[in-house]
Amino acid sequence: MVGVPAEHGLILAAILFALGLAGVLLRRNIVFILMALEIMLNAAGLAFVVAGARWAQPDGQIMFIFILTMAAAEVAVGLALVLQFYHRFKTLDADAASRMRG
Amino acid sequence: MLTLLWLIPALPLAGFLVLVSGGRNWSRPAVAAIGVGSVGLSALVAVAVGASFMLAPPQGEAYTQSLWTWMDVAGLNARIALRLDALALVMVLVVAVVSLLIHWYSAEFMIEEEGYGRFFAYMNLFVGSMLVLVLADNLLLLYLGWEGVGLCSYLLIGFWYKEPANGRAAQKAFIVTRVGDAAMAIGLFLLFNHLGTLQIQELLHRAGQQWPAGSGLAVAAAALLLGGAVGKSAQLPLQTWLPDAMAGPSPVSALIHAATMVTAGVYLIARMNVLFTLAPVVQSAVAVIGALTLLLAGFSALVQSDIKRVLAYSTISQIGYMFLALGVGAWSAAIFHFMIHAFFKALLFLAAGVVILRLHHEHDMFRMGGLRRRMPAVFWTFLIGCASLSAVPLVTAGFYSKDLILWQAWSSPAGGPWLFAAGLVGAFITSAYAFRMVFITFCGEPQPLVTQSSPLPRTGTSLAGPLVILAAASVVGGFVELPATLGHRPLFSDFLGSVLPSVRAARGSAATELALQVVSAAVCLAGIGLAYAMFLRQRAYAESLARSAWTRPLHRFWFGGWGFDWLYDRLFVRPIVWFARIDKNDFIDSLYQGVAWLSERCHRLLSRTQNGRLRWYAMGISAGAVIVIAIVVWL
Repeated sequence: MVGVPAEHGLILAAILFALGLAGVLLRRNIVFILMALEIMLNAAGLAFVVAGARWAQPDGQIMFIFILTMAAAEVAVGLALVLQFYHRFKTLDADAASRMRG
Repeated sequence: MLTLLWLIPALPLAGFLVLVSGGRNWSRPAVAAIGVGSVGLSALVAVAVGASFMLAPPQGEAYTQSLWTWMDVAGLNARIALRLDALALVMVLVVAVVSLLIHWYSAEFMIEEEGYGRFFAYMNLFVGSMLVLVLADNLLLLYLGWEGVGLCSYLLIGFWYKEPANGRAAQKAFIVTRVGDAAMAIGLFLLFNHLGTLQIQELLHRAGQQWPAGSGLAVAAAALLLGGAVGKSAQLPLQTWLPDAMAGPSPVSALIHAATMVTAGVYLIARMNVLFTLAPVVQSAVAVIGALTLLLAGFSALVQSDIKRVLAYSTISQIGYMFLALGVGAWSAAIFHFMIHAFFKALLFLAAGVVILRLHHEHDMFRMGGLRRRMPAVFWTFLIGCASLSAVPLVTAGFYSKDLILWQAWSSPAGGPWLFAAGLVGAFITSAYAFRMVFITFCGEPQPLVTQSSPLPRTGTSLAGPLVILAAASVVGGFVELPATLGHRPLFSDFLGSVLPSVRAARGSAATELALQVVSAAVCLAGIGLAYAMFLRQRAYAESLARSAWTRPLHRFWFGGWGFDWLYDRLFVRPIVWFARIDKNDFIDSLYQGVAWLSERCHRLLSRTQNGRLRWYAMGISAGAVIVIAIVVWL
């Protein structure tokens, strides 16, 4: 079976990761930041899967399942925090929560 | 028994450690039990060790106990080792026993003071340091004790630290003795550099072999050690700290003057006698310093009005006698006078302490008067102390010790009529100021302060006991050394003979000795007579004399201690303070200030990054990750 070359998969993963990172850094809306984080997680998962396919090992897919689980948990906690955030600040702008108490 | 030697300094030091760790929280009786008990046990061990030393003298008349090696670097092998010989034994016994009496007295004397535990902690450290000093086998350990004594004098003179004047007196004592200590440290470097050891016996042996008498190195080394001794023993020109050291409590003065601090210099010179014999110039300097000091301090004592300052000047003067004896080679006479002086000076300070305490911290003798009937026990013991100080013939110990010094100042090869004359004039002044003190304080009409003060309570046992014991010692202590004219029983000199060479009489016969004794006895009685005439019979005349036009400047000059304080203030203190003031912002300072400035700037810069914005932190994390990965990949 002639598959996709591993390089292409990794480049795609890198592009996805960079897009996710840019989203985290540039978006101010906290929901979008959360979504960008999901993109980064999936980019990492893709890299694992590509690497698993490259060496014909199941480890990559096992790691992806771990990441999926972790992402589900993270989204659950993250969305709960977003709700609290909105409840408190009446906005979704992450920079609104910049006040520090010593 | 001799193996218990290490306990003698260890017990007071242990007492210090215990008191300093927990003395703040304990009750006063517990603190007193530890403070007095540790010194008491130490004195007990000292007596036991002394008895076994005298009954069965060890090999070579000395016992060395090596505890452990302190350091062993590049040929410097300093051990923590104690050496007991006749000289060390005399010193240990006097220091331990007199300190015990002073501690016993302090337990009651200080009972109402704040910082009771602190007081006993320092006192114990003081005694421990002095015992280390006299028992040290090498000069480095001796120097440790030497500095420990200096530190404790600072702590105790400034014991009532809430008065700024007391703090200044403490600093003065510390700094002035430091001048001498620096000279002594250089002397130790010189000795080690040229003789390759600091172990005292070995060092004296090598000095005798390598250096001919009068050689430059021997003179330099002896002169530097003399500098240290002069500072510690408050002799010319470093005597100015002692009168101000009166700022401390009376038991502290007693301890500094009688047992511990000021006699360290006398001990050092007696211990290093071989070195001083090799440097005759320095040895004569010792005698001249002693003679000058005893006269200067005597005249100053004659015009003081503070009872403790009289005693302070009298200590300087009496240590001057010891230096005179050391200078003419009468080593054992100096140590004998040290012992007798320890008895009567401790007695005088403790008795004066009772008077001061009962009169609510009044120091001025002219506001006392007529205390004889109000505190007879103190009066009689004080009188005995003063009689011993002024060397009343035959019945007091001071007579035997001072007479020995005067005779040897005359007869020894290094002595002569001039030194003898200085001692004789000093004896006259001594008896005059001693009995001036007695007559003004205890006789005559009671001053308002005395009559108005509430009825004086009886002196307690704990205060009176030490006074009585010391008074007894001030009388019978002299009988261990009777001069040739009075039965010739030189027990004390014979005992010290194994360590200190005896003096050969170069001039004078038995008839001369008797004549000189009669002269010095007459001089002593004349001094007492003068004090009686001027300060008891014709008090008004003495006061008008003090006020008359041509004696008043002299009075003021003597009162201020011959202007030494004034001179040193102009010569050293002010220039240094001035220089420190203009040099406040020099290059080295700017270096340290620059460090502070730089770290403050960095702090400002880094605190900007903590802005609370989540996305900046995420940016920081990813930038850091990129940098780390870059380093891992490319380096």
